[in-house]
Amino acid sequence: MTLHDTEPAPVRAPVTLTMAAALNAAIQDAMRDDPTVVLFGEDVGPLGGVFRVTDGLYAEFGESRVSDSPLAESGIVGTAIGMAMYGLRPVVEMQFDAFSYPAFEQIVSHVAKMRNRTRGRIQLPLVIRIPYAGDIGGVEHHSDSSEAYWAATPGLTVVSPSNPADAYSMLREAISSDDPVIFLEPKSRYWAKAELSLPVRTAPMNTAAVLREGTDVTLIAYGPTVKTALATAELAVAEGLSIEVVDLRSLSPFDDETVGASVRKTSRAAVLHEAAQFGGYGAEVAARLTERNFFHLAAPILRITGFDIPYPSPKLEEYFLPTPDRVLAALGTWEWN
Amino acid sequence: MPHHCVMSLNVESLVESPLTAPRPLRLIDDTGRAASPDEAGGFALPDPATLLSLYRRMVVARRFDVQVTALTRQGRLATYPSALGQEACEIAAVAALGAEDWLFPTYRDSIALLTRGVPPEHILASFRGDWHSGYDQNAHRIAPQATPLATQALHAVGLATASKLKRDTTVALTLLGDGATSEGDAHEAFNFAAVWQAPVVFLVQNNQFAISVPLDKQMRCRTIADKAIGYGMPGYFVDGNDVAAMYAVTATAVQNARAGHGPTLIEGLTYRMEAHTNSDDPSRYRDAGDLEIWRRRDPITRLDTYLCEVGALSDAERADIRAEAEDLAAATRECMTRSAPVDPLELFDHVYATPRAALMEQRAFLAAELAEHAAASITAQSEEIR
Repeated sequence: MTLHDTEPAPVRAPVTLTMAAALNAAIQDAMRDDPTVVLFGEDVGPLGGVFRVTDGLYAEFGESRVSDSPLAESGIVGTAIGMAMYGLRPVVEMQFDAFSYPAFEQIVSHVAKMRNRTRGRIQLPLVIRIPYAGDIGGVEHHSDSSEAYWAATPGLTVVSPSNPADAYSMLREAISSDDPVIFLEPKSRYWAKAELSLPVRTAPMNTAAVLREGTDVTLIAYGPTVKTALATAELAVAEGLSIEVVDLRSLSPFDDETVGASVRKTSRAAVLHEAAQFGGYGAEVAARLTERNFFHLAAPILRITGFDIPYPSPKLEEYFLPTPDRVLAALGTWEWN
Repeated sequence: MPHHCVMSLNVESLVESPLTAPRPLRLIDDTGRAASPDEAGGFALPDPATLLSLYRRMVVARRFDVQVTALTRQGRLATYPSALGQEACEIAAVAALGAEDWLFPTYRDSIALLTRGVPPEHILASFRGDWHSGYDQNAHRIAPQATPLATQALHAVGLATASKLKRDTTVALTLLGDGATSEGDAHEAFNFAAVWQAPVVFLVQNNQFAISVPLDKQMRCRTIADKAIGYGMPGYFVDGNDVAAMYAVTATAVQNARAGHGPTLIEGLTYRMEAHTNSDDPSRYRDAGDLEIWRRRDPITRLDTYLCEVGALSDAERADIRAEAEDLAAATRECMTRSAPVDPLELFDHVYATPRAALMEQRAFLAAELAEHAAASITAQSEEIR
């Protein structure tokens, strides 16, 4: 059963929420609706998480459902697996992207493979929330974009919201999913605001969304770079360029249908992400869109990404992160006729 | 750092343990006599009926283990990690659990699965190469046999914690090897279990080798059980070839966990009598003399002696048990000589609960390829007939 099969709950009055508050509301509503949802991780209890995404949940649900765990990411994910095997729906937090690496083995060898290994007898309905990517002036290990590791792993569902409405809707859907979900929360968007009538429901989380229609170029982004893509599209108007912005929302699965249709319409595409280019997620996007739509393409698919270097220190990150100007310059390298 | 540099470090001079050399807790000694009270650590010998039941299960398990090793040498299985000599630990672990409890085994613990009632063909499906885990995990309450070391210990802690949160009485027991205690996940599991007071039992079978590496290259403490002190849970160093002691200690640990007293770490000191797997060569790293020493400490022989001594095992009963073991061996041979069909299209069926379009495309691709091959082979056959 997914969220979208259930009866809609009464809609509350509209309120202005940040993405962090929308995520908080999603967990709170999920915990109110389903007593099997439990939350644990580092500092998620009385502190409410270092980004305050779990603020107030400890007070409402108590120690038995919201708890600070020992400081060990493999332990957090490993024990979540055991809880999911016993009928709970754990929602766990990796405090920062680069701190999820100690849990890599549990995620790749067990979270991803348990259902297949047991021929579907053991499902792991758990959500691993990972605040990810940069543009927050973070010191080393606080700004990684590690999505390619997870997206390359069969058995994982990998999603990333770019706005508060999706944050709420997609997290509710992730928690109610019977598949394990890597939920990438773009840190730089935690404070983005929107007016929402909860419980807001956007499109199913395994689909991409066309956020802005255009006719000349499909600009594909996800998570933190969706804002950059929208800003680029706005700037491009003055240059007489009509950019269609596609927010992938789901990295695994990839919505071939929606993205392919957009690319066939515009005949040009570029993909935008913060992570390094080599072996990055953009390579998969470019390859599969080319394979499937080659005869509709007027130009090679471009990747506008971070450089192939470790994420830089705060004073240097502005040179690393793709900007609208950099995107427009890249689009200018195509031959336009 | 080159290997000889490590060897030249004189750690003996740096670390002096304040503790005296430990003696394992035991209830029946190597010669099959009741151990002295100072060796028993306050645990009582189980009654003869319980011991006879443990004896029967050990004899059957060993026959199965020997049979499967033989089948592997014949090429029927891709690999088989034997637990020969470790029957006391394996059988005690299963005997201490109730039907509602969960077992988290490793690849070496096939005889624990057998003892908990998993049919041989389902146990061996993974070693034959049919599927990664071939039994009904939920029906038997046995997690898949873990290959990555110590990872399953965290799953056991999580399941036990869920049981506690739901106010159930289910206990989890995980089997580990001595080498696995060097893994970070073992430490995290011990610590999470103690902090959360999870109803879980860690049973470490110290068979003294991690493939070829002896325990003194894994750790500097006296015993693995000593580590429990550092986590704030009880630890027991037990003669792992004395099923009476292994059962008494493990059953107590399970009861304590069920009663809400939290986790226990048990170390069973035993010996891996076989190679790591059929592809291993123990003559390269261990002395054949050690094997002889441990053969004299055999868990089945010593219990046999004890049971005869107290009049709880007759020749007729022994013959019955051996016949049961032979029947199981025959049934195991029979099921392993049958061919086990595999369905290539099943590859796609269990990865996700939510169907994926891209995976369905790949499934259709493989289906078409299979159909093409089938058609080609029919054509080839009919041409041969002509």
